[in-house]
Amino acid sequence: MGNVLIIAEHKDGKLKKGSLAAFTFARQVADKSGGEFHALILGKDLGAVAEEARCYGAAKVHVADDESLSAYMAESYALVAMQVAKDMGAELVGATSTAMAKDMMPRLAAKLEAGMASDVLGVNDDGHFLRPVWAGNAIVAVEIKTAVKAVTIRGTEFDPVPKGDAGSELVTVAVSVDLGSLKKRFLQFEEVKSERPELTEANVIVSGGRGTKGDEGFKLLEVLADLLGAGVGATRAAVDAGWVPNDLQVGQTGKVVAPDLYIAAGISGAIQHLAGMKGSKTIVAINKDEEAPIFSVADYGLVADLFKAVPEMVEEIKKAKA
Amino acid sequence: MKILVSAKRVTDPDVKVRVKPDGSGIVTDGIDYKVNPFDEIAVEEALRIKEKLSGEVVVVGIGPKEATKEIRSGLAMGADRGVLVITEENLDPITVASIFHKIVEEEQPDLILLGKQAVDGDNNQTGQILAEKMNVAQACFASEIELAEDQKTAKVTREVDGGFDHVEVDLPAVITADLRLNEPRYASLPGIMKAKRKPIKEIELSAMGIDSDPKVVWHGFAEPPVRKAGIMVPDVVTLVAKLRDEAKVI
Repeated sequence: MGNVLIIAEHKDGKLKKGSLAAFTFARQVADKSGGEFHALILGKDLGAVAEEARCYGAAKVHVADDESLSAYMAESYALVAMQVAKDMGAELVGATSTAMAKDMMPRLAAKLEAGMASDVLGVNDDGHFLRPVWAGNAIVAVEIKTAVKAVTIRGTEFDPVPKGDAGSELVTVAVSVDLGSLKKRFLQFEEVKSERPELTEANVIVSGGRGTKGDEGFKLLEVLADLLGAGVGATRAAVDAGWVPNDLQVGQTGKVVAPDLYIAAGISGAIQHLAGMKGSKTIVAINKDEEAPIFSVADYGLVADLFKAVPEMVEEIKKAKA
Repeated sequence: MKILVSAKRVTDPDVKVRVKPDGSGIVTDGIDYKVNPFDEIAVEEALRIKEKLSGEVVVVGIGPKEATKEIRSGLAMGADRGVLVITEENLDPITVASIFHKIVEEEQPDLILLGKQAVDGDNNQTGQILAEKMNVAQACFASEIELAEDQKTAKVTREVDGGFDHVEVDLPAVITADLRLNEPRYASLPGIMKAKRKPIKEIELSAMGIDSDPKVVWHGFAEPPVRKAGIMVPDVVTLVAKLRDEAKVI
């Protein structure tokens, strides 16, 4: 593989931490192939992000800064990314697997006639991409046979690139997107505000499942989470029941997380959920049912009613911290 | 309103699959097959749209002859007819999208509704690739779909990181279903009986004139790393002490 292009995401004038994992991946690949690693950022008013993006070892940072890109749409972003990829001779295009990347990368891949591997964990000696299938119960080695290849990478598998000097050259991308031709209109982004860290960036996560019985249980988990500066996660069942928003879903079809501490309360441990959290460094499971599969992945298991155990934990941790 | 939906045959999502000892695949002996859960949500949404606006729902399946069963599940829920593309091959998303594209050209649906991902390959690519091939808009991870009265556009709410993305797409478009779009119905007994008489058109993949040469090839499977067994603690006091002194995470 020759040149690598990573599409980086940003929010509130800063690069997303998750994107730095894709930079690490790109540097590994480019080091092996002898190619260059470039980054691309898209949006509007990118001055500060562009400066920041220069600090992570990319040969070039392509900046597509235009009114037409102020709101994300797969159609417009993929169009611009395709042009940049072609111009710089990318043989591999990639991004950290996020809601945006999952939406856009297959479309970009199709534009480049590239085969794609989703959620890549690494590359083996044959140059095949390793990725999870069947809810992570098997890891498959994927060969992409097309000239240009596309990947999304799993952010938890690569350490973020440390920030260095602002060494990358900035390249202004000439953007010409005719929004009228996209057959799609952006209407509005309805932000769900939260003071808690995003799941993929949290060092500690407190998650609840069916055993929380809804609001009441999640309120208890939130108290514990806030004490630990943690994010709050949930199982598919809890999301399905409408107790919490879908972006809190941890698992095969939600987010994959690997925090230092993952506390699973009232979670039985369905394979879909385990797929999203078993890479966590320390796992605590609290469940009434001692047979619950969650205990098979837990470092510390406690058979208890979360309605009793979680408030007790809050008290004990307060004491421990005092 | 003509809607094309998918009903992918996947291994029972609630069964943990195992890798064959020689790494050549997964153990399928004794495993049941079901409709991909996200496809079921797509079928349900198509039926709700049809019930409101009238029209036709066509269920597409790709796989061995046995994949008829999953199409019948969609028909039993209320879809009108099926199309089965017969192949024994494990297809990559590009080929699957090409097959759908071909069927779209023939059927000319107003809307294509697919599950956001299949729970076996976990690719989450087909809808997006299809939209690009068709040169239409995509609206992935939909949690709400509202069709305009003139049926020429649809407003879609997408559940993404940090909130809800609201977009409007011109039809035809490709929409992929996320978990909370709806709660799929169970097929009724009369529905199941009726489904037996609904037509399913069978096409051999080799007869479709599609480049089915795989671009993405699976070369062998491995078990994921297994976590070291942990310990059970008797009470919260012990747990917190362990987290503080042993794991050093609080």
